[in-house]
Amino acid sequence: MPREGILIERPLERLSREQVEILHQASVEILKEPGLISFNKEAADLFHSHGAEVTAVNSGEHPCWQVRIPERLVAEALAKAPKTVKLGARSEDNSLVMKGDEPRVHWISGSETNIWLEVDFPTYVKKSDPGVEIQVPEFHARRGTVADLCQSAHVCEQLETLGGYIRTVNIQDIDITAQNKDVNKYFASLNNTTKHVMSGLTSLSQLDNVVRMAEIIAGGEDRLKENPLISFITCLVKSPLQFVEDTTDTFIAICRRGLPVVVSSAPQAGSTAPVKEDGIMAQINAEVLAGITLGQLVNPGTPVIYGSVPVRARLDNLADSYGCPETSQYNVDCVQLARYYKLPCYATSGVCDSKQPGMQTSVERLFSDILVTLSGPQYLHCAYGLLDCNSIFCLLQAVLDDAHFKMIEFFLRPPLIDEEEIAKTLKQVRDVAATPQKLYIKYIRPLMRSGQLSQPYPFEGDGEKDNAFRLAYDKMNELLATPVQHIDEATTRRIFDEIPGLLPRLNSYIEGRQ
Amino acid sequence: MSEDTIARLRENVIQGRKTEDDEGIDEDLTGPGVLELTQQALDEGIPTDAIITQGLTAGMEVVGEKFATKEYFIPDMLASAESVGAAMDVLKPYLEASNVEPKGKFAIATVKGDIHDIGKNIVAILLKGQGYQVEDLGTDVSADKIVEYVRTEKPDYLGLSALLTTTMVEMGEVVSALKDNGLRESVRVLIGGAAVSDEYAREIGVDAYCADGFAAIRTLDEFK
Repeated sequence: MPREGILIERPLERLSREQVEILHQASVEILKEPGLISFNKEAADLFHSHGAEVTAVNSGEHPCWQVRIPERLVAEALAKAPKTVKLGARSEDNSLVMKGDEPRVHWISGSETNIWLEVDFPTYVKKSDPGVEIQVPEFHARRGTVADLCQSAHVCEQLETLGGYIRTVNIQDIDITAQNKDVNKYFASLNNTTKHVMSGLTSLSQLDNVVRMAEIIAGGEDRLKENPLISFITCLVKSPLQFVEDTTDTFIAICRRGLPVVVSSAPQAGSTAPVKEDGIMAQINAEVLAGITLGQLVNPGTPVIYGSVPVRARLDNLADSYGCPETSQYNVDCVQLARYYKLPCYATSGVCDSKQPGMQTSVERLFSDILVTLSGPQYLHCAYGLLDCNSIFCLLQAVLDDAHFKMIEFFLRPPLIDEEEIAKTLKQVRDVAATPQKLYIKYIRPLMRSGQLSQPYPFEGDGEKDNAFRLAYDKMNELLATPVQHIDEATTRRIFDEIPGLLPRLNSYIEGRQ
Repeated sequence: MSEDTIARLRENVIQGRKTEDDEGIDEDLTGPGVLELTQQALDEGIPTDAIITQGLTAGMEVVGEKFATKEYFIPDMLASAESVGAAMDVLKPYLEASNVEPKGKFAIATVKGDIHDIGKNIVAILLKGQGYQVEDLGTDVSADKIVEYVRTEKPDYLGLSALLTTTMVEMGEVVSALKDNGLRESVRVLIGGAAVSDEYAREIGVDAYCADGFAAIRTLDEFK
């Protein structure tokens, strides 16, 4: 049985049906004129051979082509793209079945950050009263390593609300190179979580090795097709409207293998997309549709996921502002557009502008996590532990986020109201009204025992102290100390025999492992 | 047979089943609840003090331990206390003839101008469950009425409750009225409610401030 996820009975929608169709039509117009610039020759040739108008563009040292995509090609691609996509997992109980027309949400970690944020709790003594001591969290930033990635995958394995794993940290060990990064990041992830693993690819040359590794774990090529325990995310279109040469190569290669792939676009409203909502929506939709169309031209039936990472520009420095309300508006709109096409949707929430755990982080994260969840994306990259847009990962924050998602999950339980229940309630009201004390407290007990009432915030301090960080830190260490469900020894041996570039210290069955 | 009845009584106190219609924590536990078992114990000729000490009080001690270790929550504690309180009403006519030492009479009221009574009611249930003879004077009770009650009924303890900052001053009026009538030393006065504090208790000259019903139980134990 796959993971259940959270079914949103009545998804939040910002757009009317008419507005969705206006945006769709605008995207179709954009794809026709101006179309996209392709820096990838194979993509340009494919579009040309299927009837798109393709013309060479003389724009400096890189050859490129203007690709004008007719509406017909888009419509055909949308018809061929699977409406249900399965993302498998080492443990098949953790697989995700995503139906494009069913707003069933799975919460996912990610993205890849360069910085790993350590937490410590030094004790401070009050100058005016040395008898008073307090512990204050201190955060220390450092470069992420493959050991961090292992720890993060292990903790994410145990976060109950987390449905799948996108690597959280860029591995920057001295012995990691562009040529061995992919195999090591996939292995470190797969060896420490039994949930689905999605990642981008650093080097196309490693695709075969990564897929072979997944086949060994799944039990063969056919088993991997049935249980695709890995998938890929590609941002093949750079906004505005440009097929990137290398990522498009990677995308085409993944599509040929028929593995699930997210077609993602990440325009910034104000700089690489219009700042107005209708403008960024029309453009991002055109960019994603262009990618989906290319994928179906390469290999009809390729399982593609409509990916959206839209963001608004900050006005003080033109950096991304994930914490602003407009970014959530864009994501909710994208979910609605994907549902219009009946395609599973990868949406974004929880990414925040703040740089360390604290009040701003909680406000920004919860704001977008709640709203985008309510819109019903099937694969919500809600960025457990992510800080400073996508620059910093903090494991402590991931543990806090899990607690907050449990609250959202509880809120989204369907209401239990029907004739039978209301009859019981009416009896209760009448019974209590007849008592001198008029208290309903005794009726709490059956609901309390059966889990129908939410639990207190797990990181609540005693008395008036806010001790959330300290308690979450203790929980984090408790999770880190639990045994890891590694890939079994025989499979690990095969992987290390057949896949070049793996760091020996990642082998769980030799000394000095990580 | 008697031991079995007492054991079942104790278990039903722990489960918080006042009557046979109530659900406990263990879904499989059915049959008579605390009220029916108390009557059954009387019918079997079990002495009143044994019913109280080995059945009701012993059960409440277990409940208190479970509450302290956070296995039980307030609704559990209240369900058990309410069961014991109801059983004590059944036993009332037999108490004088028994060897049970009464814990004392506790009068409780929400002061004049205030109609909030959730906290007061919870305290009343808990104290009754602990074996106190609780007299609930109600809400919006004037100082004159309280003084008259203290004069005629001679309670050992007086609990005053107020939720509002506008009505808590009435507690001071009650204390003044007790003093004016020479009754202040005859009764220990405890106050509680969202608006009041330890500091306020000292300011108006009462014997204790209790943050909740459990604090009231502890305070009364300390008085003894």
